[in-house]
Amino acid sequence: MTAQAPFPPYPHRHLLGIKGLSPLDIENLLDRAEAAVAISRGADKKRATLRGRTQINLFFEASTRTQASFELAGKRLGADVMNMSVASSSVKKGETLIDTAMTLNAMRPDILIIRHSAAGAAALLAQKVGCAVVNAGDGAHEHPTQALLDALTIRRARGRIAGLTVAICGDVLHSRVARSNIVLLNALGARVRVAAPSTLLPSGIEQMGVERFARLEDALADADVVMMLRLQRERMAGAFVPSVREYFRYHGLDQAKLSHAKPDALVMHPGPMNRGVEIASAIADGPQSVIQEQVEMGVAVRMAVMEALLEGAAS
Amino acid sequence: MKPVVLKGGRIVDPSQNLDETGSVVILDGKIADAGASVLNQGAPDGAEIIDCAGLTIIPGLIDTSVHIGEPGAEHRETIASASAAAAAGGVTTIAMMPDTDPVIDDVSLVEFVLRTARDTATVNVLPTGAVTKALHGSEMTEFGLLKQAGAVFFTEGRKTIDNALVMRRALTYARDFGAVIAHETQDRDLASSGVMNEGLFASWLGLPGSPREAEAIPLERDLMLARLTGGLYHAAKISAAMSARAIRRAKDDGADVTAGVSINNLALNENDIGEYRTFFRLSPPLRAEDDRLAMIEALRDGTIDIVTSAHDPQDVDTKRLPFAEAASGAIGLETLLAVALRLHHNGDVGLLRLVEVLSTNPAKRFGIAGGTLITGAPADIAIVDLDAPWVVSEADIVSLSKNTSFEGARLQGRVMRTLVAGRTVFAQE
Repeated sequence: MTAQAPFPPYPHRHLLGIKGLSPLDIENLLDRAEAAVAISRGADKKRATLRGRTQINLFFEASTRTQASFELAGKRLGADVMNMSVASSSVKKGETLIDTAMTLNAMRPDILIIRHSAAGAAALLAQKVGCAVVNAGDGAHEHPTQALLDALTIRRARGRIAGLTVAICGDVLHSRVARSNIVLLNALGARVRVAAPSTLLPSGIEQMGVERFARLEDALADADVVMMLRLQRERMAGAFVPSVREYFRYHGLDQAKLSHAKPDALVMHPGPMNRGVEIASAIADGPQSVIQEQVEMGVAVRMAVMEALLEGAAS
Repeated sequence: MKPVVLKGGRIVDPSQNLDETGSVVILDGKIADAGASVLNQGAPDGAEIIDCAGLTIIPGLIDTSVHIGEPGAEHRETIASASAAAAAGGVTTIAMMPDTDPVIDDVSLVEFVLRTARDTATVNVLPTGAVTKALHGSEMTEFGLLKQAGAVFFTEGRKTIDNALVMRRALTYARDFGAVIAHETQDRDLASSGVMNEGLFASWLGLPGSPREAEAIPLERDLMLARLTGGLYHAAKISAAMSARAIRRAKDDGADVTAGVSINNLALNENDIGEYRTFFRLSPPLRAEDDRLAMIEALRDGTIDIVTSAHDPQDVDTKRLPFAEAASGAIGLETLLAVALRLHHNGDVGLLRLVEVLSTNPAKRFGIAGGTLITGAPADIAIVDLDAPWVVSEADIVSLSKNTSFEGARLQGRVMRTLVAGRTVFAQE
């Protein structure tokens, strides 16, 4: 994170997904993020790397955590950050995504961060604007910075990703986090497992580079990393699973199930957690949990991504 | 009206199993004679002679699945603009879907369409009637009166009738008038929020998929009801191999059923969606390559009887959206024949069979005049350069809407001239 830019250039205009990145692209972003961690841990947390640059966070879906993380990342790099609050905007008055994008584009931002409930929204936006676009989650498609921060967390704890066994557990069907992680972990040579009720697995999951398990215990056997996914409330009342208690019984992470994993297995969750649904509180707050670390790495990864994108745009 | 002679072309007319070099003589808007036998006869006095050397003369296409925005969404397509697009594509008759606003479920709407077509269209525009009032899927429309007024068959357009009893009664009652019920099937619950074919590709895109079974289950129900009632049933747009198998079984059982397929499901597959290209969001959805090949096989073996353009004009306001929020549908009148000719050029389907499914069969099934060059038939004709290459370009599209799935596609086979009742309604410059 110095003016000399010691990192290899990032060869893309946007970050729309992990798909399309080479293993080297991913490693380079992680290296950059590693350096950014030091900034956040120092007393002086502000750099001038993005001074004079304008960052707009365009969140069509409410997400306090991710938006705060992107905002802080931009500010620590010296960018001017604006948050578009969708609730009070003309989006609710029927203006389309494209209209909103064109309007914002005319204000000449340097980077747009977009979160939207529709898969492909970030790619659509990227076609219509002149600046760099970061996908902060598009429907059930991708959430690339989440996968990067997960990878950084794992790499810092284990020193590598290749050869590790990672179990992704829960609502894979609706999860962009799962898709981005499946792609990234495969690219870096991890063994990926998924465990979920079969109603929450996408069609063709066997061909997505994962081993599937119906029983959480089997998926956790000798796993190095356990990634839990959030199960949304509206999906628990009979549509996909019969009830919260049945879900927790078979797919919630508690001590008994976690004991099947390696003794030092990392426990991760992208947040926000449903305690007592997909994860027991004792596990979430326990010694194997790196959930807080993930949040910290989130800021670092987002700093790295924005720096890499804007460095490329400048050259 | 001056007599017209189409001189010295290859005449392909499946209704007479005719494929020979010859001429066509047109008197008073009707075919007077066609074939090799008229090649060297003199032309009638004062006839307009159109040299067709090197060209192919076929009965004009009859497209039985065309959505038009008039009345209600004239910015997408009017009866006049659809007619112009049809003429440019060698389509001489279009059956217009009833899902306009208001819905064509009443004699006055049928009359409105016929009147507007008479005043503004150059090709034959035939209204279809809704099966149920306002397409609500519950109360039958007046099949008898609507048919008498000019509704050519009955359909719910994009919608599926959920209620089996309503479908049973519709099939039973329509039979009394010899009317066909054409139905696009999609189980609402099973398809759920699906926006493309269910499978690995949809899973990676993070888009909800619609399984083939969502099409096949209500189709199987309909086919059982067709057997039960003896009604005339047409599966308007099938897309899955399992649907073709269901049709085959019903035909073997002697049910009075036919099947149609959209040209899109013969020419494209789900991979064409690529990175969320909304012009490939279609109904029925593009399926896997195996399904596409099964559609071609079903076309060859007679399981599928009719090919349509599934012409569905959509504006930027309904297409320039995230994939799951975009409307489904693509225009197709202008490219229907040339895309279908791919199947001829690559040897999948013979030319006679292609013209049969594009023209002769829809005429027969729905009792539409045309689809033949036999003496006395209306002189609805397309003259085609089978080999002429061209590239589909948005700038050349006649239709008011530009949502083609074939933008930039290299096609082989071009409509050079289209005649309706002996009058030239389109000529390639």
